[in-house]
Amino acid sequence: MSNNVVDYLQRLTLSELFKGMGVTGRYLFEPKITVQYPEEKTPLSHRFRGHHALRRYPNGEERCIACKLCEAVCPALAITIEAEPRADGSRRTTRYDVDMYKCIFCGFCEEACPVDAIVETSKFEYHGEIRGDLVMTKEKLLAIGDELEASIAANRALDAPYR
Amino acid sequence: MITIEIDGKSCQAESGQMLIDVADAAGIDIPRFCYHKKLSVAASCRMCLVDVEKAPKPLPACATPVMNGMVVRTRSDKARAAQKAVMEFLLINHPLDCPICDQGGECELQDIAVGYGSDVARFQELKRIVPDKNLGSLISTEMTRCIHCTRCVRFSAEIAGVREMGATGRGENMRIGTYIENTIDSELSGNMVDVCPVGALTSKPFRFTARAWELQQRDSVSPHDAVGANLHFHVRRNQVMRAVPKENEAVNEVWLADRDRYSYLALQADDRLTAPMIKKDGVWQTVEWETALKFAVKSLHDVSCQHTSAQLGALASSTSTLEELYLLQKLMRGMNCQNIDHRVRQADFSDQDVAPLFPYLGQSLSDLEQLDTALIIGSNLRKEQPLINQRLRKATLADRGLISEHVKANMMAINPADYDFNYPLKAKITDPSLIKALASVAKALGADIQAESCENGQLIAETLKNGQNKTLLIGQFVQNHQQASVLKSLISTIGKLSGSKIGYLAESGNAAGAHLMGVLPHRGVSGKAIENKGLNAQQMLTEGLKGYLLLGLEPELDSRFGATALETLKKAQCVVSLTAFKTPAMLEYATVLLPIALFPETSGTYINGEGRWQAFNGAVSPAGEARPAWKVLRVLANLLQVDGFEYASTDDIRSEIGSFHLETPIADNSQCNPLPNTFEIPTSNELQRITEMPIYAVDAMIRRAGALQKTTDAQKSTGIVLNAQQFAHLQGHDKIDVSQNGQTFELTFRLEETVPQNCALMFGGQMLGNWDGFLTVGES
Repeated sequence: MSNNVVDYLQRLTLSELFKGMGVTGRYLFEPKITVQYPEEKTPLSHRFRGHHALRRYPNGEERCIACKLCEAVCPALAITIEAEPRADGSRRTTRYDVDMYKCIFCGFCEEACPVDAIVETSKFEYHGEIRGDLVMTKEKLLAIGDELEASIAANRALDAPYR
Repeated sequence: MITIEIDGKSCQAESGQMLIDVADAAGIDIPRFCYHKKLSVAASCRMCLVDVEKAPKPLPACATPVMNGMVVRTRSDKARAAQKAVMEFLLINHPLDCPICDQGGECELQDIAVGYGSDVARFQELKRIVPDKNLGSLISTEMTRCIHCTRCVRFSAEIAGVREMGATGRGENMRIGTYIENTIDSELSGNMVDVCPVGALTSKPFRFTARAWELQQRDSVSPHDAVGANLHFHVRRNQVMRAVPKENEAVNEVWLADRDRYSYLALQADDRLTAPMIKKDGVWQTVEWETALKFAVKSLHDVSCQHTSAQLGALASSTSTLEELYLLQKLMRGMNCQNIDHRVRQADFSDQDVAPLFPYLGQSLSDLEQLDTALIIGSNLRKEQPLINQRLRKATLADRGLISEHVKANMMAINPADYDFNYPLKAKITDPSLIKALASVAKALGADIQAESCENGQLIAETLKNGQNKTLLIGQFVQNHQQASVLKSLISTIGKLSGSKIGYLAESGNAAGAHLMGVLPHRGVSGKAIENKGLNAQQMLTEGLKGYLLLGLEPELDSRFGATALETLKKAQCVVSLTAFKTPAMLEYATVLLPIALFPETSGTYINGEGRWQAFNGAVSPAGEARPAWKVLRVLANLLQVDGFEYASTDDIRSEIGSFHLETPIADNSQCNPLPNTFEIPTSNELQRITEMPIYAVDAMIRRAGALQKTTDAQKSTGIVLNAQQFAHLQGHDKIDVSQNGQTFELTFRLEETVPQNCALMFGGQMLGNWDGFLTVGES
């Protein structure tokens, strides 16, 4: 009996509506957390695992020594490497492909790398225009490495205390 | 038999056996580096230290003989502590470069370090660095990685029989090397890569190209000598990356000759034929299989229609598989043509009707180790049959020649040149004609012939007579001799009079198969005599036919007829060549080139010198458009409307071959022409030519194995070799003119003591005149 009366009164005064409007009204004046991508971007962890890159030493020598541990550890079989002795006798890759269609961004490759050559950068905005565009070759990966070296090095430095 | 206890497990052992052997047999794992079951015990690495009850200190299992009632613990605290300490010492100087080391992933040191090593290094000082050495085209070195196990040193001294490697210095300063700057020239050198437990010695052609975990292992059999060595191909992405030995005690033990190990390089040769080609109106064009096959069939058909099928001829390489050879002869005989042969290096066919069923070794390969007397006739055995030579070396030297020079067996040789043997010979005769030497031995044994006596002839005869387990081994110089039938009669007589077995050293891994399959003009499958005999290889290649079918053969290089063969083939109306490679010469004489698979790319069977059937499957798929030769022959036969070619696989062909019951073939090697009473030895005041088929030119694959062609053996197999004393005056010249039968070649030359006076040693596998006869040399 009393329940019916309460229900009737609530419906009559639209109290539920006003409660909801109250929430809306409160958020209307609170600070906004929505980011206006692409003009604005969220901050990224230094451990963010984005697009791959191959790094070089400061003297310009490529780091990768073709040990193929990344290829072996890759759970998605996204990495393909071919190697042979370079003219100076050192062990280098002749082919280093990361198939971005296959990659699951697990980061095992950079974990496995004994020389910090293959890394996952903070870059996550990329696209392909034709089929095969996202099979990243050694040249492309080195170019990305060269472009982002400053941020890669900074991220590595930030993570160094935990390694 | 005595009983010992290892890790609580009771084991039976022979008295005097080493602990590590007993543990291995019982499946108990003891870590080791310097111990190798085929090499002498060095006990230098100390990794196999185990805890023996009542012994005050841990003992090395590889050098501790078992005693009755011994109680051994391989995993007690004492043993573990010893092993861990040894591991720590070994790792002091070993670089941490596993990521760039080719041995990484298959490294004994890596494995054992994980199992027995400590997880932190206490050594803070600098590591030792050792400069690398250039050991030639087959082995690359990273000597800093060496852990001084001395397996390579012991291998070269004991198995290869040449002390090419050694250790200089002591302790920290110990270095493994070649004493002086030198390459490793042994024909078995590749095995050093296998015995090295770390990455100090690695394979040069394989260097940095693949990792152990990427490779798939496929079994195969090598066709390059009479042994038929078993091997594993390591394959990645449908490409053979390397070959390693497959253990088979009865055939190749754990070794491989370099020829078997590196022949896979030919798969990637630059001149590999990957699509069918036809010559239409004098212009070569690459075509579809269908067009090429129809063209080939039409060409062959035209010859048999315009002339007779007797104007056709088939020549096969004896490295082809049994199935291919069987189909080839079936096809030719189906076309009513008996001109079919594989004996392209033979010169004397006069005893072919009585010749043994196939070039049979006369015994099993392992029997060779039990010999106490052997006479090697006409063979540069080390280079011709490296693994057979290794068996004979084992038979000759007690303790592998390491501890004493005590000789167990009497080895003797009759050769046209004074070839090097890596074991002591009791007696040898160097006779360029071979006849004089053999006749003198036969006469000394009491044969009723007229012969001059030779120095050592009597000694050889007596040694043969006194021997118990004895054999005569017939090499390529005899088989390819101009008077081979006379030589074989003499050898047969010597065999009979001295009671020795006779063994042929077959020229290739399937020469036996080619004989048994009837790839012969006078015999069919299983040696059945053919009534209307066809032409033999010599007649086909010198007299000329209208049409040829070649199977895996490059007659201008493989045969003894060289330039003559080339001229003959050029005159033919059609030459259908089933070949894996295309050469400029081939483009000149052939009309159709059908690309075929090489042995790593096809399934098949080889019969080795001892009559052992060894079947194998393809390891990779054929290059480009190439197809296994048996399939090509099948389609050719279908298109030529020859019946009975409905095979779906090589198994079908093999089961048809099975109906001839040749599973354990045996040949009577004493069969020969009757012995003549007197002998005709050609003489001249010119230089007698001796022609050797060099180790790295024996077949099309070997000739294209780049790394082998860069070895010292290959480099030395060019030009002409003359007697050092006789031709001392030529010193200082670069080249000389060599004239034979009116032809003159300008050749590089070497002077050696090994070549007898009035002789000139030249090499087959090139187009340089007649293999026999006489020549003159002059300054160019």
